[in-house]
Amino acid sequence: MHYLFEPGLFSSGPVRTALLVGAVVAVTSGVIGVFTVLRGQSFAGHSLADVATTGGSGAFLVGLNQFWGFLVAGVVAAALMEAIGVQRRRGRDVATGVVLGAALGAAALFLYLGTLQTATTGASFTVLFGSIFVISPDTVPALIASGAIALLVIAVLARVLLLTSVSPDLARARGVNVRLVGTAYLAALAVSVSLAAVAIGAVLSTALLIGPSATALRVTRSPGRAMAASAVTGLAATWLGIVLAYDSYYWPPHGHGWPVSFFVVTLVLVGYLLSYIRPRGRQVPRSPHEEAPECGPETSVGAVR
Amino acid sequence: MFSPLMMNTWVTASIVAVIAGIVGFFAVLRGSTFAAHAIPNGAFAGAAGASLLGINVIWGLAVFAVAGALGIGTLGADTRGRRAREDVVTALALVVMLGLGALFVSISSQYAEETYALLFGEVFGVSRGEVLPILGLGVVVAIAIGVAFRPLMLTSALPEVAEARGVSTRGVELYFLIVMALATSMTVPVVGALLMFSLMIGPAAAARSVTARPGTAMTLSVVIALATVWLSIALSYQTNWPLGFFVGTIGAAFYLIGLAARAVAPRRAQAVIS
Repeated sequence: MHYLFEPGLFSSGPVRTALLVGAVVAVTSGVIGVFTVLRGQSFAGHSLADVATTGGSGAFLVGLNQFWGFLVAGVVAAALMEAIGVQRRRGRDVATGVVLGAALGAAALFLYLGTLQTATTGASFTVLFGSIFVISPDTVPALIASGAIALLVIAVLARVLLLTSVSPDLARARGVNVRLVGTAYLAALAVSVSLAAVAIGAVLSTALLIGPSATALRVTRSPGRAMAASAVTGLAATWLGIVLAYDSYYWPPHGHGWPVSFFVVTLVLVGYLLSYIRPRGRQVPRSPHEEAPECGPETSVGAVR
Repeated sequence: MFSPLMMNTWVTASIVAVIAGIVGFFAVLRGSTFAAHAIPNGAFAGAAGASLLGINVIWGLAVFAVAGALGIGTLGADTRGRRAREDVVTALALVVMLGLGALFVSISSQYAEETYALLFGEVFGVSRGEVLPILGLGVVVAIAIGVAFRPLMLTSALPEVAEARGVSTRGVELYFLIVMALATSMTVPVVGALLMFSLMIGPAAAARSVTARPGTAMTLSVVIALATVWLSIALSYQTNWPLGFFVGTIGAAFYLIGLAARAVAPRRAQAVIS
């Protein structure tokens, strides 16, 4: 135990901030991630992460805290995405890939110009790979508030969100403004991505969004329980990652420490793989967008015969 | 701009552009855009690791890129479309690769510059040590494509016919993924892991928007890739702004021009397999 909790861990200010922010991030990403996977919109999360990279770099350039850059860029992109209908795309097709490439190119430019102006060299790394140990304490209230607002939006819209992901037409028939709901969801997603970007970097943020929720959905069918499981899984990965990163100061190369984000994403993957250790025969819950194999052509042909 | 020192840059970048244009043509044709995004991520970790160990970065890129290609190809993650279940593992594995790269980079002493160079490109820093491997890789990829041109075209356009003729689509797919991995290893040092997609896919997609004839499309893809790279080098040299910015922006611009051209004058030529 002593080697897990190296001396000074719990009395370190940055560690405590990291644990707090990490908790906010994990819970927010965990809950919103479940909706993301259920709605089949993982790619939207990925796109928002790339856009967040541009935003964070831009914020660095103008001297603002990276979180605001992540947030503003993400929310603007979310609004545009809903308007254009991009979020319905399932994968990195050419158009979105090229546009996001341009966004990343812009990030490159902002990072370069910002590094010139401020003569700090670490920005590329913190924007892309996270800065959870160097969060300035005055941003913490903003981080917590953003997470709370995003979760509130999701809580209010939870039923409607589930309805619109399962059957948008039915939702429309019941008078639900599917567009508005979609935009609200994407905005909450953007907030979640921004928080994750602060913790583990824009480039790696999708791990916290997709990993714990996919893990949870492998274990339970109920969305409510999945959200809880997802939050817990994300929390475990994040906190353990922080602890290990602190401990790694004592690992080679000494006095340097390994990045938190590396630990967190690896733990997230491990968590997902662990979910494969389960008794056979249990029904694997599916996203509403997948067809059950019982509905496949083979079985209907068999039935005809 | 055309001093002897810069010749290294022009030559290397041109070779990379030609190869990217050719490989990209097939990638767009086969819809392997996911692989074009995934392989550079894995390659980044290899590059960072190689740099940490003091080995030539190209070898790190190549080893990890090919390993990633084999992983994607054999694990059956469909590069031509997306199936839900393998997606999560592949997506998480890719992110872990990036995280691993972050780890390697952070341990090295030059971590800020190196992060930047590996992710966003650094053609002006291409050393002598890297030019020869890039040239070699280019030759290998060109030969690999040339030798397999017909099976590649056949499996891309008419997979069922290919299978009927005894050509294994799975085998060709794996072959192509490895070729793309090698092409990635030579492109990433120039434009960076995050922007490789823009150079490899952008020009090829723009060309395909304009014409479906394979020969014309591939040639146009190479031309656009060269134009992108040359413009980027010239502008980067003048402004000192990063090359990756220009590649990303110009690549997108060409793609949009291609889309506009198709909207204005829908392409008439149908793909012809002779």
